[in-house]
Amino acid sequence: MPRRRDEMVPDAEFRSYYGQPVLKPPIWHEPHMPAYLYLGGLSGAAGAMAAAARLTGRDRLELAARMAAFAGASAGTVFLVAELGRPMRFLNMLRVFKLTSPMSVGSWTLAAHSGLTGVAAGSAVTGLLPLAGDAATLASGLTGVAMATYTAVLLADTAVPAWHEGMRELPFLFSGSALASAGAALMLTTPRALAGPARAAAAAGAMAEVVAGGLMERRLGLVGEPYREGRAGRLMRASRALTLGGGLLATVAGRSRTLTALSGLAITAGALCTRFGVLEAGRASAKDPRYTVVPQRDRLDAGQPASVPGR
Amino acid sequence: MAERMGFFTDTTVCIGCKACEVACKEWNDVPDDGFVFRATSYDNTGALGASTWRHVAFVEQDGRWLMSSDVCKHCTHAACLDVCPTGALFRTEFDTVVVQADVCNGCGYCVPACPYGVIDRREDDGRAWKCTLCYDRLRGGMEPACAKACPTKSIQFGPLDELRQRAEERVERLHAEGTTEARLYGADPDNGVGGTGAFFLLLDEPETYGLPPDPVVTTRDLPAMWRWAGGAALALAAGVAVCFAGRKP
Repeated sequence: MPRRRDEMVPDAEFRSYYGQPVLKPPIWHEPHMPAYLYLGGLSGAAGAMAAAARLTGRDRLELAARMAAFAGASAGTVFLVAELGRPMRFLNMLRVFKLTSPMSVGSWTLAAHSGLTGVAAGSAVTGLLPLAGDAATLASGLTGVAMATYTAVLLADTAVPAWHEGMRELPFLFSGSALASAGAALMLTTPRALAGPARAAAAAGAMAEVVAGGLMERRLGLVGEPYREGRAGRLMRASRALTLGGGLLATVAGRSRTLTALSGLAITAGALCTRFGVLEAGRASAKDPRYTVVPQRDRLDAGQPASVPGR
Repeated sequence: MAERMGFFTDTTVCIGCKACEVACKEWNDVPDDGFVFRATSYDNTGALGASTWRHVAFVEQDGRWLMSSDVCKHCTHAACLDVCPTGALFRTEFDTVVVQADVCNGCGYCVPACPYGVIDRREDDGRAWKCTLCYDRLRGGMEPACAKACPTKSIQFGPLDELRQRAEERVERLHAEGTTEARLYGADPDNGVGGTGAFFLLLDEPETYGLPPDPVVTTRDLPAMWRWAGGAALALAAGVAVCFAGRKP
């Protein structure tokens, strides 16, 4: 029987069913999901910075960080609940605790982090229970670093090729972006003379974000294509330009309010572009059967089929 | 626990009648999935989805048509079940994977987790849906509706061990008769999902039917993912510490 490799999709070196996707693309909506990823990261890194400010006695920066951490967690939770198909059932997230589900781990992390940042911010605003506020601030440093990184596992733990294969760099991309976002938010809400650590965080986070994103796209090869093409590619390029520019500006932003505003807004816009870009790249990589079929076929042709050792 | 039950879909005898699709919808009260003229083949269903739990693929090739009724694979290592944060997805006493509609809160995580693109969310309903392998019928001692309705025994239901043995024999016979391209898909318990509860006899590469050639349960790599994330969390903590290490003004 004659075999035509291209019978379904012209000009393609892989076979598929009329070019249809093998996978279902992520159904998470815009702006809900990317907004949550941004706000959760911002809140997490701000929690860590609030704890650091507490430990180093930077009261004004600590106040701003407590408020940013609480605001990010609260707004993020609203987006997360609105994203559910059945928002009234959001409490079902806390029905079980499953280590195999990054969303379960994340829900518990978010619940703890929201509570802690709420206590920390409430105490700061009202002046009540200062000891509890301080303890909550220190604890939110721990939940914060988890908040800023678990979302990378959330995306990687799917069949979406551009996400799953990016499992190494995504946590660094997201934690770098979170640090930059929190640095930017604190830069914009703290007097310049007291915002030195915020500017340092903004600059360092921005560099980490740019480097991690670049490394990921380079390592992924074919599967990294969706990060470079179409709408996702435009978002990722915008993110890189804004983050790099904002990060460099942050190093000199202590000189004027204008520089501070420019840097903070550029970093914020860049962090948002990163989240929208990563979601879009995931969708694109799931919709095109090439990214699903070609790596799997290569594996089979190399005589190295997948297996699940030890389970 | 009862014996592990499953499907063996022998596509060599599928005639593309779609009785399985209809029987599934009738029994399970699955809503309309749209009237779409796809203009590619006799397939006007398209793909498995929230309201399509059996899907007959029509692969039109030179000199032959391949027809295959696709369904949820009921994986040994099921990614949808692993990642479900509410426990709505569970493993039944028949070793099948089922969504509890009264628990699912529509988070949508199972949808991109499935390496076969099976489960999906009904947007008007907000919850995730897929084949239950007719859990209610199984509990009542009946076979699933699709297998019952299949007029050529292309869809066979039974204990998985028996089905695997029967399938091996079928492949041997086809090979002896000269149909050397016959191969089983999903029957191997050592594959990337630990073998599937619903497996297939195909006459071409799986991707031709819209199936992934070498799927992996994404949670296989979850320990590594948590380790990388742990590294990033430590790096973040260290980064914050360095930023605050300087002299106070």
